[in-house]
Amino acid sequence: MTDVKLPIYLDYSATTPVDARVARVMAECLTRDGNYGNPASRSHSFGWDAERKVEEARQHVAALINSDPKEIIWTSGATESDNLAIKGAAHFYQKNGKHIITSKTEHKAVLDTCRQLEREGFAVTYLEPHSSGLIDPEYLKAAIREDTILITIMHVNNEIGVIQDIRAIGEIARKHKIILHVDAAQSPGKAPVDLQEMKIDLMSLSAHKVYGPKGIGALYVRRKPRVRVEAQMHGGGHERGMRSGTLATHQIVGMGEAFRIAKQEMASDNERIRTLRNRLLNGLKDIEEIYINGDLEQRVPGNLNVSFNFIEGESLIMALKDIAVSSGSACTSASLEPSYVLRALGRDDELAHSSIRFTIGRFTTVEEIDYTIELIKNAVIKLRNLSPLWEMHQDGVDLKAVEWAAH
Amino acid sequence: MSYSDKVLDHYENPRNVGSFDKGDQNIGTGMVGAPACGDVMKLQIKVNTNGVIEDARFKTYGCGSAIASSSLLTEWVKGKTLDQASEIKNTDIAEELALPPVKIHCSVLAEDAIKAAINDLKTKADGALQKNSA
Repeated sequence: MTDVKLPIYLDYSATTPVDARVARVMAECLTRDGNYGNPASRSHSFGWDAERKVEEARQHVAALINSDPKEIIWTSGATESDNLAIKGAAHFYQKNGKHIITSKTEHKAVLDTCRQLEREGFAVTYLEPHSSGLIDPEYLKAAIREDTILITIMHVNNEIGVIQDIRAIGEIARKHKIILHVDAAQSPGKAPVDLQEMKIDLMSLSAHKVYGPKGIGALYVRRKPRVRVEAQMHGGGHERGMRSGTLATHQIVGMGEAFRIAKQEMASDNERIRTLRNRLLNGLKDIEEIYINGDLEQRVPGNLNVSFNFIEGESLIMALKDIAVSSGSACTSASLEPSYVLRALGRDDELAHSSIRFTIGRFTTVEEIDYTIELIKNAVIKLRNLSPLWEMHQDGVDLKAVEWAAH
Repeated sequence: MSYSDKVLDHYENPRNVGSFDKGDQNIGTGMVGAPACGDVMKLQIKVNTNGVIEDARFKTYGCGSAIASSSLLTEWVKGKTLDQASEIKNTDIAEELALPPVKIHCSVLAEDAIKAAINDLKTKADGALQKNSA
């Protein structure tokens, strides 16, 4: 146990380290002896070489999701892609209607963009998921109105890792001639996407969740049938006018390489990561009063989100200072609300506060998982010994029946 | 969140963790906060016949500064009379622990806890008095 290097990184859904192979190809696009030209320069070889690199990267990204490279638009990341897709489609198609359907468990990049459109006069329906975190496609179908122009549903949830049934949702959207946008920031390398089969019109991608660099992402924009978005960034007309701005060759090449590796190693990575996740789950499952958040089957292999009843989230994070994890607790985030995702699942505030998200990745080891299990077991014992709520629970007090003084 | 060494020390080595029998006449119990708000403090004080707090215990469900605030409080109240203990201000606790602004509410909760424990004792004493005079 002592040979484990601390702290242990178990926050791969927040971001990932750049794979050394990715860093290498990025470094080749920066300095004087490298590929530093502007890909938009048409009059010399510096530009042509850079453009070739950018197009190779586009092919790698397209290959992972089985699309045409012409359908890939570079952006600064999934947040920008979400904004471009949702605002861009809403503005372009608003003559057909002003109703949008999304879900309560979307990323803030989607929810806040929808809020902005509400301020502009659009109507938005926020679907509630099952307690498993999954959206029932039939429930979504029932929310469709005459004036619905856009459905935006995430593929893999960032907090609980559940995978929505995008295939079924796509069939519904296409049948009703509604644009479907999918936030797939968490999907690459974890959950397969096949755009020849899935009827997705717009899809947001990110590099830094899959061992690529931060600051680069892409938006998939379907060509057949053609989908249009209104540009949000105006300028030199790059990316077929949908997103102006000089292409960041090194970032793009990094994303391309990350996606190339993801396609090659996805199956073996996932198998190994699933084994580690199950080892963690088995190591924790004997602790009393813990709750797994989100469906365990329809889920990416690397995610485990657990609520530890009668323990407050931030104190748990403090006890786990040797491991880097995320918490659904109020105290660790800027807002005072506990995780809105867990609340949408119907978890009460206490359990939302005491949730920990473990996300396992390419570089996680068995030793790290075993260390984590021991650490958590000890922290839970220590903090429950400190907890008046645990004491009441042990005494058979029904905490729901207690009238707490609000403060 | 970066905490002061004092908060970390109280968090790592909390003082006077535990429970007294809350039915005991000499024990005052204060339970404040709510699970939904992310913190619940239980503070218990044991008073001798001279009205001096001779021992204290706490249990806290909450963040590091909530645990530290209540742990510190148990140290401070020992040896104080009830009147002296009731004069402990949240600002004293916040200052001693160098709590960041977003954690001031933890010290407020600690002040509420000692007040509630003293009240509990007084209610018990009044009850006993009424019983004796009846």
